Amino acid sequence: MNSPAPIAGPHTHAPDSIAKVMFTVVLALLPATLFGIWQFGWPALFLFVITLLAALLAEAACLHIAGRPQKPFLLDGSALLTGWLLAMSLPPWAPWWIGVVGALFAIVVGKHVFGGLGQNPFNPAMLARVALLISFPVEMTLWVDPSPFMTGTGPDLIEGLAITLFGVKNIDAVSGATVLGHIKTEMTRGHDLGASLPALYDMQAAAVGNSSGSLGETSALLILGGGVFLILRRVITWHIPLAMLGTVALLAGGFHLADPLRYADPAVHLLTGALMLGAFFIATDLVTSPVTRLGQVIFGAGCGALVFVIRTWGGFPEGVGFAVLLMNAATPLIEHYTRPRIFGRSRSGAPREYPEPAERKEH
Amino acid sequence: MRLFRFRGGVHPEGHKELTEERPITQLPLPERLYVPVQQHIGAPAKPVVTAGDPVAKGALIATAQGALSASVHAPTSGRIAAIEEHPAPHPSGLPVPTIVIESDGEDRWADTLDSVDPFTLTPEAIAGRVAAAGIVGMGGATFPSAVKLNLGRTQPLATLIINGGECEPYLTCDDRLMREQAGTVVDGIRIMLHAAAIERALVGIEDNKPAALAAMRKAAQAFPGIDIVAVPSLYPMGSEKQMIYALTGREVPAGKRPGDIGVLVHNVATAHAVSRAVRTGRPLLSRVVTVSGGAVRDRHNLEVPIGTRVSELLRHCGVTGEPARLLMGGPMMGMVLPHAEVPVVKGSNGVIALTTAEVAPHAAMPCIRCGRCVGACPVGLVPLDLMSRVRGGDLDGAVDSGLVDCLSCGSCAYVCPAHLPLTQYFNFAKGELVIRDQERRKAEFTRTLAAERQERLERQRREKAAAMAARKAKKMAEQGADA
Amino acid sequence: MVTAVVALTIIGLVLGYLLGLAARRFHVEEDPLIDEIAGMLPGTQCGQCGFPGCGQAAAALASGQASVTCCPPGGRALAEALARRLGVPIDLPAGEEDGPRLALVDESLCIGCVKCYKACPTDAIVGAPKQIHVVMQRACTGCGACIDVCPTECLTLVGTTATLGTWRWPKPLPEAA
Repeated sequence: MNSPAPIAGPHTHAPDSIAKVMFTVVLALLPATLFGIWQFGWPALFLFVITLLAALLAEAACLHIAGRPQKPFLLDGSALLTGWLLAMSLPPWAPWWIGVVGALFAIVVGKHVFGGLGQNPFNPAMLARVALLISFPVEMTLWVDPSPFMTGTGPDLIEGLAITLFGVKNIDAVSGATVLGHIKTEMTRGHDLGASLPALYDMQAAAVGNSSGSLGETSALLILGGGVFLILRRVITWHIPLAMLGTVALLAGGFHLADPLRYADPAVHLLTGALMLGAFFIATDLVTSPVTRLGQVIFGAGCGALVFVIRTWGGFPEGVGFAVLLMNAATPLIEHYTRPRIFGRSRSGAPREYPEPAERKEH
Repeated sequence: MRLFRFRGGVHPEGHKELTEERPITQLPLPERLYVPVQQHIGAPAKPVVTAGDPVAKGALIATAQGALSASVHAPTSGRIAAIEEHPAPHPSGLPVPTIVIESDGEDRWADTLDSVDPFTLTPEAIAGRVAAAGIVGMGGATFPSAVKLNLGRTQPLATLIINGGECEPYLTCDDRLMREQAGTVVDGIRIMLHAAAIERALVGIEDNKPAALAAMRKAAQAFPGIDIVAVPSLYPMGSEKQMIYALTGREVPAGKRPGDIGVLVHNVATAHAVSRAVRTGRPLLSRVVTVSGGAVRDRHNLEVPIGTRVSELLRHCGVTGEPARLLMGGPMMGMVLPHAEVPVVKGSNGVIALTTAEVAPHAAMPCIRCGRCVGACPVGLVPLDLMSRVRGGDLDGAVDSGLVDCLSCGSCAYVCPAHLPLTQYFNFAKGELVIRDQERRKAEFTRTLAAERQERLERQRREKAAAMAARKAKKMAEQGADA
Repeated sequence: MVTAVVALTIIGLVLGYLLGLAARRFHVEEDPLIDEIAGMLPGTQCGQCGFPGCGQAAAALASGQASVTCCPPGGRALAEALARRLGVPIDLPAGEEDGPRLALVDESLCIGCVKCYKACPTDAIVGAPKQIHVVMQRACTGCGACIDVCPTECLTLVGTTATLGTWRWPKPLPEAA
């Protein structure tokens, strides 16, 4: 009991740890992930497993090189979560090496180059996704229509393995289009939304997730459920998701009212693409988002505005990855300007002053 | 009454059920008492007895030195065994001058007691009796109470706030005191109102102590100037500035004291001690201590003579196995004790022996910037930023980020999922700040000394030269005269 | 092509001219750094740094010839302040700080020769001939000038012992790195 170095309080602690935080996020992601894998079949499962394994191996290798202990860092769940989020954002039938290259990029360049856990300025999963999108545009935009397990329409185990290992043989036969991609293509062709949107977009399908898209991004409702779970478990706060979704909805609503044929309505924006996943799981990444409440609101609103701008006027149909990365870069600045006011001080840091020292007593 | 919610705060698990139904009992008189001469903020008291002297209970054994100090009295009758260095109840375990009293078992009072009606006394006389009784803030801050009571004469005070916010987990001594001695506590409050010439008292008690609230309300019923207010159970409600804010909505400006916004704050146990001291002349000789924690067999609220060693308390209550951590005070801000041979002092409100499971030691991980510390900080700091500055040795940066505003309440470290020792970083940095300040002041002092000396040497040299020149001139003149 | 070359040349010339002008306009006659550093040093001219006095040490520090840790009386605070001012990295043993060392007279050996009293740059030693001298800790910088002159070797530099008033929390150990 006679300890050489005295320990300062507190001598009790909230029952919490980094691993608990990370695994709660994984738990929240589970329903949407399982749905995605079920919907896109064997290739999705293989890609998912390969990406996760690659992320964990990359983490172990980096820890080894850095001379850090393996056990606490591998078990904290952070590498698993990075791999998981990356896998969810990949096209479900992408070849295996997309997952491996992405995971390596995320862990090595996105995280350990900056010093490992907690040191990275950018969200590693989004960094990898954007790097893959720019480097391998063909593989990264290979969308397939849902062909769930059990329905017999999808590839079986062997065919699935072949797709993951050697790529899709007959691309045209399976490829579909995402709603956002469809909108962008049709707009560039000069078709307005009135004619093009109903062909592919069905609100109910988009909400449930019965549409083509990234592995784990299609089911807006399941992701929303997971996000609400995270807020209730106090892993994240409502500030970033609400600000991000609200900004997109507001901007989309405004423009849609002005010109319904050029601008999709808010529901299209909210329910399709990576927005829901981005708002609850990517932008809220603890390491790369601001720590102050006001900062989180600004950060979320900035992400939302950028998403809308990129989707509407940018060259890519989807902009969540870019938007989050750009706002990540602004995080230190936002934090600097949104520090809370210190108790007993004014915003400028001067001691607070009262007009008169309490109610003076008459004597 | 309107309450105000201070920012941040945490809800640590209370563990109050372990002792809140345990009435206050008397600890059997120990054979030896180790009474430190400094149990308060300010200058140490000066012993007025020598080894071998017989003492009666309540006799003055060390007298206050200077304006900010407090007297110390013999908690029981017996003989002064020694005045020696004994480990202090402090994480360092460093020794402090301590008066050791060998009890004669008779507990015989000195004839210093005199009963008076406090409301016939002048405020000065009340403060004098409080000072003579050696009363200090018993919530743990140990600021000499008489000094605070005298504030009323130099500053306009509007409100007396009595702090019943026992927000530390495990501790129930103030809770029990309010339940069992509500009348004495309220009497102490009335005496303090009278002494400080204040008309209104607000007693803030957390709403997780309904029995104490009820008892106090009943006792205060007859006195319209005393309001018993239920405040939310939120750590650190017991912090002086947070309690003032919760009750009045006023923030004590940075670097100022509550008196500067017209508020005087005392603890409930202090009010109790003031009543006894002023009415009967009885000095502060004992206090109620909660003995709790998973490693304690029979948990108690004990009335303990000042100077009783912690080991005696643990022996009385029984300990199951070796405690993983022994604390004085609560687990949030309490001090870890190096061993159980240190004495209970005026500011000790609890002795907590924790098991390994309760301490749940975790290896610290890197910060993941989750921002929970920012949400938990009751002051509005960004603890993760402050910590990285302290760790990087950027003391100036830490000061700019609000280091001096930190309460060391531990809320940030409590919620940190990475188990970072944030509080210790801040304690360390505050110590560094003091050292740096002292060194700077000393450097300035020695620089002026050196400059003065150089000047003096220079002057002496000049004077010598002038004297030499004068002698030479005189000689020349004499020679000239001769010639 | 020609336009670009001409434009860049003109820009270069204009900016170069402005730079030259600024260099003359804002020219500083002497190095203010030396004075500033001299102000930071203890000014006791004890010579422990290896330079004759604090002024020379300040010049050496400003030109980078002396280490920021060269001044023992200044201690850690001075070393840190200098490192900050000069923008150089500082390598101090973390945590393991000896604390200031101050001179102490062994009263059984002191013969009251007043040599130390005269040597002390800060007048920290009091005493009179044939009387035992005492070091005033408040004024002692621990420079050791007195030790060199003491004929009976009764002066030593001792570290201050920690008391409750001087005890400080240690820096926590770094987390799993």
